[in-house]
Amino acid sequence: MTALAALIRRDIKIALRVGGGALIGVLFFLTVTVLMPFAIGPDLPLLARLGPAILWLGALLASLLTLDRLFTADHEDGSLDVIVMGRTPLELACAAKALAHWLAAGVPLIAATPVLGLLLNLDAAATSAVALTMLVGTPALTFTGMIGAALAVTLHRGGLLLAVLVLPLSIPVLIFGVAASQAAITGPLSFGTPFSILCALSLVSFVVGPFAAAASLRHGLD
Amino acid sequence: MTLIDLANPSKFLALTARALPWLAGATAILLLVGCYQAAMAPDDYQQGATVKIMFIHVPNAWLSMFVWGVMSVAALGTLVWRHPLADVAAKAAAPIGAAFTFLALVTGSLWGRPMWGTYWEWDARLTSVLVLFLMYLGLMALWRAVEDPSRAARAAAVLTLVGAINLPIIKFSVDWWNTLHQPSSVLRMGGPSLDKAFLIPLLVMAVGFSLLFMTLHLAAMRNEILRRRVRSLQMMQASQQAA
Repeated sequence: MTALAALIRRDIKIALRVGGGALIGVLFFLTVTVLMPFAIGPDLPLLARLGPAILWLGALLASLLTLDRLFTADHEDGSLDVIVMGRTPLELACAAKALAHWLAAGVPLIAATPVLGLLLNLDAAATSAVALTMLVGTPALTFTGMIGAALAVTLHRGGLLLAVLVLPLSIPVLIFGVAASQAAITGPLSFGTPFSILCALSLVSFVVGPFAAAASLRHGLD
Repeated sequence: MTLIDLANPSKFLALTARALPWLAGATAILLLVGCYQAAMAPDDYQQGATVKIMFIHVPNAWLSMFVWGVMSVAALGTLVWRHPLADVAAKAAAPIGAAFTFLALVTGSLWGRPMWGTYWEWDARLTSVLVLFLMYLGLMALWRAVEDPSRAARAAAVLTLVGAINLPIIKFSVDWWNTLHQPSSVLRMGGPSLDKAFLIPLLVMAVGFSLLFMTLHLAAMRNEILRRRVRSLQMMQASQQAA
């Protein structure tokens, strides 16, 4: 347990310090959201209607970009080999790393949502709905994306390949994240159904993600 | 003859060399018979002659999912049993599966134009097949990203199994998404269940296409084995020249 806690603490520390890159994700999220009105036009009612979709897409892309570093940095300095060979089960270590990554890179995205909602003409209720769906939905993005990150690091390829592999897998999270936000804002469907499915997707990813990532690391690293 | 006996590539090559002509012949006969029956099938009272696209479209759509199943079994073979031919089977199946999926999309689109008045509709079924196609392409990109086949094999196996778990979830989400956005769908294929005049040619075509997949898959596996042999011979030659 202490080993896992130490791993989480270390990963968060590295991510937040100089060269960590976790906060660049937030900056990217901000930039993408600011770009949207330039593409769509400064039409406030339209922006309010598209707001949840824009925020979810921005968060999806931002979390994808930061995922690239999840295992690569550790692979470069050799600490990934130590983790793989260590006494802690690799599945748990992977889950701990993903949790740390979500705390360092995912939570800032959620914290930035209210500000960005303001830019997109979302009212307080809509913004809190989007933030709430992101709170339960972004862990699924991190834990599914971790599989792609593990594959990419064993193949020494990242970037575009990671995006191509992970993006189709994140379609369900996107669908139910946006649907739950829309249901909270405009109805007529209840907020509960898509929201509980979103929670279920996160829970499934907690199970599948660490095992698949650990399998790929165990089989892939030499 | 068990699966273990096939672990020897030479035995596999010898066996498939004998089996392939028979398979190819059976495929050709079934597809010819199926095409003839399909051409003789009566026109649909609503859709006219365009209903005949179904005889190509439906088998392709079935196989697009079946091939992912074959690859998932092969992926288990790679990760669990370390069967030496499993990754060859998985690698050879991916482009064939992508081709079936692509054909299902194209024939569906050509069928949709006269029937629904549009080549593309964000219908739940179409969309989930499109996502399946994207996943095939991603898998092929993964195979092509790495030179060492055994390293790529294990990565592709993990992705194939994750895909096998996720594809039903994606299918379900897309269904849900579409009913939300488009409650009254013009694309519902309900109507009366299939008449015998259509069902028999369809089944013949389905078996024919499945045999076609087996033939192409075995031939592609043979090519992959031979390709790997050529590669290792070239490497040996290069190292001898260097020494």
